[in-house]
Amino acid sequence: MTVSTPSAAEIREALAEVADPEIPAISIVDLGIVREVAVEGRRIRVELLPTFVGCPALDVIRDAVRERLGRLAPGCSAEVEFTFVEPWTTERITPAGREALRASGLGPPVPADDLGLIDLQAPLPCPYCGSRRTVLENAFGPTACRSIRYCTSCRQPFEQLKTV
Amino acid sequence: MTAAELLPATRAAVELLLLAMADDELVIGWSDSEWTGIAPLLEEDVAMSSLAQDELGHARALYELLAGLVDDDRDADAIAYDRPPEGHFHARLLDHPTGDWAATIARRYLYETADAVRLEALARSAWRPLAELVAKIRREERYHLLHVSTWLQRLASAEGEPRRRLLAALEDLGPDAASVLAPLPNELALEMAGVVDAPSATLDGRWRAAIGPTLERLRLPMPGPLVEALSARSDHSDAFRSLWSEVTSVRSSDPAATW
Repeated sequence: MTVSTPSAAEIREALAEVADPEIPAISIVDLGIVREVAVEGRRIRVELLPTFVGCPALDVIRDAVRERLGRLAPGCSAEVEFTFVEPWTTERITPAGREALRASGLGPPVPADDLGLIDLQAPLPCPYCGSRRTVLENAFGPTACRSIRYCTSCRQPFEQLKTV
Repeated sequence: MTAAELLPATRAAVELLLLAMADDELVIGWSDSEWTGIAPLLEEDVAMSSLAQDELGHARALYELLAGLVDDDRDADAIAYDRPPEGHFHARLLDHPTGDWAATIARRYLYETADAVRLEALARSAWRPLAELVAKIRREERYHLLHVSTWLQRLASAEGEPRRRLLAALEDLGPDAASVLAPLPNELALEMAGVVDAPSATLDGRWRAAIGPTLERLRLPMPGPLVEALSARSDHSDAFRSLWSEVTSVRSSDPAATW
């Protein structure tokens, strides 16, 4: 059996099965951290964007991507790099990713305006009951990428992806 | 401009700039982490720990850029942890002990506002790797500024003991506050190459213009000019040596270990 080199689209499809280690409900593709996939002969190159500069999960994500590429294309060499060539922003999260966040009890990020200003008090919907009577409890949370909010309708605290 | 295209004089100046910035972020991150578990409020325990993680992350990314330039087989961890305390190049403002909550807020406010001016001056840097990293860091630092500005206002407006402690902290830190934006050796090379957009004296002016209205509204003193400019990033304190010895103790217990 000859092993064919996968296309960039097939690689993205495979990477859509790699979950974010801190938020397993969302894939790294829906999170928007897969910037570029390039295939050159038997070489695969994947560029990833860190969500936060100090994210401690970067090595775990890199290993998971390498492992998935190894299974997809055993005969190919895979280069997996993180880059700051462009900043990851919460705008990169796909609509499917936002729904996956909500379903797992995480509020989606507040949209930033054109100037990049963030309205921290924006009436964000509660991921549990949908009420917009929610308040920001703490801009910082249990991981670098999360804030803590509270729903005054269903009295449920919840975490929200920090807008960057 | 990539690393390979830096002229030798510019490269040396960029290395020093990266070391200054990375060491600043490292030491403020270390100090912030001292509040983990003992902050005055649970929410602040979470916030200070998260701030510390952000700052150490910024330090790591800056050390990685530096490691790519110096090319002497040291990685980011080796640069951060394997130097003696006197080899560190952070600003003297960060040499003060963590102190009480008011001292922590005062130091963070003075540092974060000065760092914001420094980052802005690098946002359009001709050295692209730094401009790119700075663009990402600034998105995170907005939260740090918001956090510390809110606390500064709370303490200043509370009157009584909180305000008294805040004033005492500002008086203690004031003479060292301008050390963050103190001139670096060879900084002319940075300006000539377009790595920074202005000399440090201009940045100091921008910083004072940025914090002036807030300090005036809260009736807080503007930090004075830098005392002992020549030792702005040297002659570190006993408080720093003690902090250094604690945070490097695990690594130095087995330097060859893989963590």
